[in-house]
Amino acid sequence: MEMPAPDVKIMAKKARLVERLQAVLPRDAVIHDEAETRAYECDALTAYKCPPLCAVLPASTEEVAAVLKICHEERVPVVPRGSGTSLAGGALPTADCVILGVAKLNDVLETNYDDRYIRVQSGRTNLSVTGAVEENDFFYAPDPSSQLACAIAGNIAMNSGGAHCLKYGVTTNNLLGVTMVQMDGTVVEIGGAYLDAAGYDLLGVICGSEGQLGVVTEATLRILRKPEGARPVLMAFDDNEVAGACVADIIKAGVLPVAIEFMDRPVIRATEAFAGAGYPDCEALLIVEVEGSAEEIDEQLRKILDIAGRHNPVELRESTSAEESAKIWLGRKSAFGAMGQINDYMCLDGTIPVSELPYVLKRIGEFSRQYGLDVGNVFHAGDGNMHPLILFDANKEGDLELCEAMGADILRLCVEVGGCLTGEHGVGIEKRDLMFDQFKPEDMEAQMKVKDVFDPKWLLNPAKVFPLSVTETRRAG
Amino acid sequence: MMTPDSEAALAEAVEGAKDTLRIQGGGTRPIGHAEGEVLSTAGLSGIELYEPGALTLVAKAGTPVAVIEAALAKENQRLPFEPMDHRALLGTSGEPTIGGVVATNASGPRRIQAGACRDSLIGVRYVDGQGGVIKNGGRVMKNVTGYDLVKLLAGSYGTLGVLTEVGFKVLPGIEATATLVLHGLDVTRAVEAMSKALGSPFEISAAAHFPETGKTTLRLEGFEASVKYRMAQLRALLDGFGDMEEVLGNASKEHWVAARDVTHFAGVEGDIWRVSVKPSDAAGVIKHLPDGARLSLDWGGGLIWVVAPRGADIRAAMNGIAGHATCLRGNAATFHPESAPLAAISQGLREKFDPRGILNTGLMG
Repeated sequence: MEMPAPDVKIMAKKARLVERLQAVLPRDAVIHDEAETRAYECDALTAYKCPPLCAVLPASTEEVAAVLKICHEERVPVVPRGSGTSLAGGALPTADCVILGVAKLNDVLETNYDDRYIRVQSGRTNLSVTGAVEENDFFYAPDPSSQLACAIAGNIAMNSGGAHCLKYGVTTNNLLGVTMVQMDGTVVEIGGAYLDAAGYDLLGVICGSEGQLGVVTEATLRILRKPEGARPVLMAFDDNEVAGACVADIIKAGVLPVAIEFMDRPVIRATEAFAGAGYPDCEALLIVEVEGSAEEIDEQLRKILDIAGRHNPVELRESTSAEESAKIWLGRKSAFGAMGQINDYMCLDGTIPVSELPYVLKRIGEFSRQYGLDVGNVFHAGDGNMHPLILFDANKEGDLELCEAMGADILRLCVEVGGCLTGEHGVGIEKRDLMFDQFKPEDMEAQMKVKDVFDPKWLLNPAKVFPLSVTETRRAG
Repeated sequence: MMTPDSEAALAEAVEGAKDTLRIQGGGTRPIGHAEGEVLSTAGLSGIELYEPGALTLVAKAGTPVAVIEAALAKENQRLPFEPMDHRALLGTSGEPTIGGVVATNASGPRRIQAGACRDSLIGVRYVDGQGGVIKNGGRVMKNVTGYDLVKLLAGSYGTLGVLTEVGFKVLPGIEATATLVLHGLDVTRAVEAMSKALGSPFEISAAAHFPETGKTTLRLEGFEASVKYRMAQLRALLDGFGDMEEVLGNASKEHWVAARDVTHFAGVEGDIWRVSVKPSDAAGVIKHLPDGARLSLDWGGGLIWVVAPRGADIRAAMNGIAGHATCLRGNAATFHPESAPLAAISQGLREKFDPRGILNTGLMG
């Protein structure tokens, strides 16, 4: 992936910039030593690395505002960073940028159970938001697989989802308000603890804007009461298409599971070798989870198993205890790790209309043979959000490029059947150049106009989301 | 009035407009004071794609809501957000369109559980202020590719673009519905009861309070046995909040259609306001309402419908409480004033999307 050449004029004024930043932040919050800036050279898309000019770790909205004001005056690009778990290179630096990390912003500011919200600083991790309210049996619904590490700031930037969003929605459906600092240092409050923010839906457009519109420092999030219980069921099929049809029938029947997860044979075999969850050796597995009281769970599972029974399953496995439930989830939860044991992998996340599932899986198999790279599929079937994992060898010359080319073909296929490039990971740098395949120039122009309003000089995370050729004049300011 | 019969013709009409345009769907939600020749989307009608197995529906903006609801009902599905029909409250006639629902982000009692219109909206096509046709989002329910202009267009009252096509995530139909009615609670106690219910695991899908009849109503929906179970649990949970009564089946459904459309204030004199605050602030707002004001609560207390004497300033009654008030009928400014930095962003967006300032001038601040 190409990144813009660093601006030598900016590189040349590093000393002055560091001095100005040190004047508004504690000394240890400005990281400028070359050895130390390496800690910020990449996110979870580790194939691409570049240490930033420096990194800052402000501890308050005021400090964030002071940093951004300085960078704005000095015309220095800023790349915001949550916990650096982006799979799309959303927090990849350029050599002439300041990384603004929100790691020190991790306080809970307010919890309110009567009105069902929590207000946190944006560097707080996803899981620790739930951690702050679970003693009262509440939780924060979006649950990306990186939830142990990922920050709310990054969740908002990427509009993160998770396994349970079929029922509870993604970040944008659970965000009530933000405090955000614009690139020029202006602090704006959008929304609040009430349900619908006034005016234009700026929360909606900030969510998923990949840190290009502002730096969110505080967030008001909806919290929900935990269900009385939850239980998964595992279903094995000897045909992907049949498993896909079963998903559609479950949805049509009026049952709304909290999760419907799909794994294909390569992933089932890899996870069995890795985690030994005792999955049947079959073509396709579905894990369906429902919630409620014990009786409600029984009733929903009965309906689901009835439907599955009509699709000629190889096996239907009901859980009768917490251990069995954990075992059903074990393979799914270790899927990425298991694939990583076999080789390096690239994880895609294109979304497709659920009806296109069998066709898309067949075509992915064809690409796999054509490129000579193995691929496993594990994904959120209820909402069509695919996660093909392409295996490659990073140490083998040309393999990464081959893998990227195959990934691009798969994503183009997703768009072709009526879907999109990314369902929950974001565009970052990874899918930037594929934006042409999804959008006409005027559609991208309409989006870029939004950035023109929030960040007229295009200094915030400027080399992401849109193809570089499209943003060139804007970035040149 | 212009009623183009295709997206291309609508784009041409906008591009060729010499003066301001008043964008209209069915004309049933005449909120605010827009000037200019009417540009109607009623000529763009029809469902373009409906895949029950994928829970997605795409329709042209001028499609009547009734047509969409009928198509969904045939497959035992529904729009999750229960869009409000403004005709009774505002005394309008005509046919509400799906584009009008999106432009006003019209969302009913189920908003507390299933989200607003914008939460179910997955794709839009619109014509910007210069006649350009723009697409954003699509027909899949998880999509973070580029900026989410879908949300930005929802509730923008036709000021950023004229919607030509809208796509939704829909939900399966509901097998059974039941309502628990609590009698005789004042506003503070009613909000307490609603908060307690909404903070329970029993999946309340609507919570409203009507001071004039002294009723507080809580809705349960789902499979029959589950509704029955949760009703029993809910009654036990709210023991001590006074007399209870269960309303089932069609009577329950009718109650919530009426609550959704605020028909209890149909035909009344005075200004009509809609106030959004956090539920525990509702009593504080109500305390400062002018004499003669009538009110009801939805969204667990987070949405206050107010019929006020002509000219009363309801924003003053909010007395610094966080939230906002929209004047649906009356001479006050329709939309709540924004803080300076937010107003600057709103103005900036408007200038970018509609540089000539011709779309629904006078709406949205």
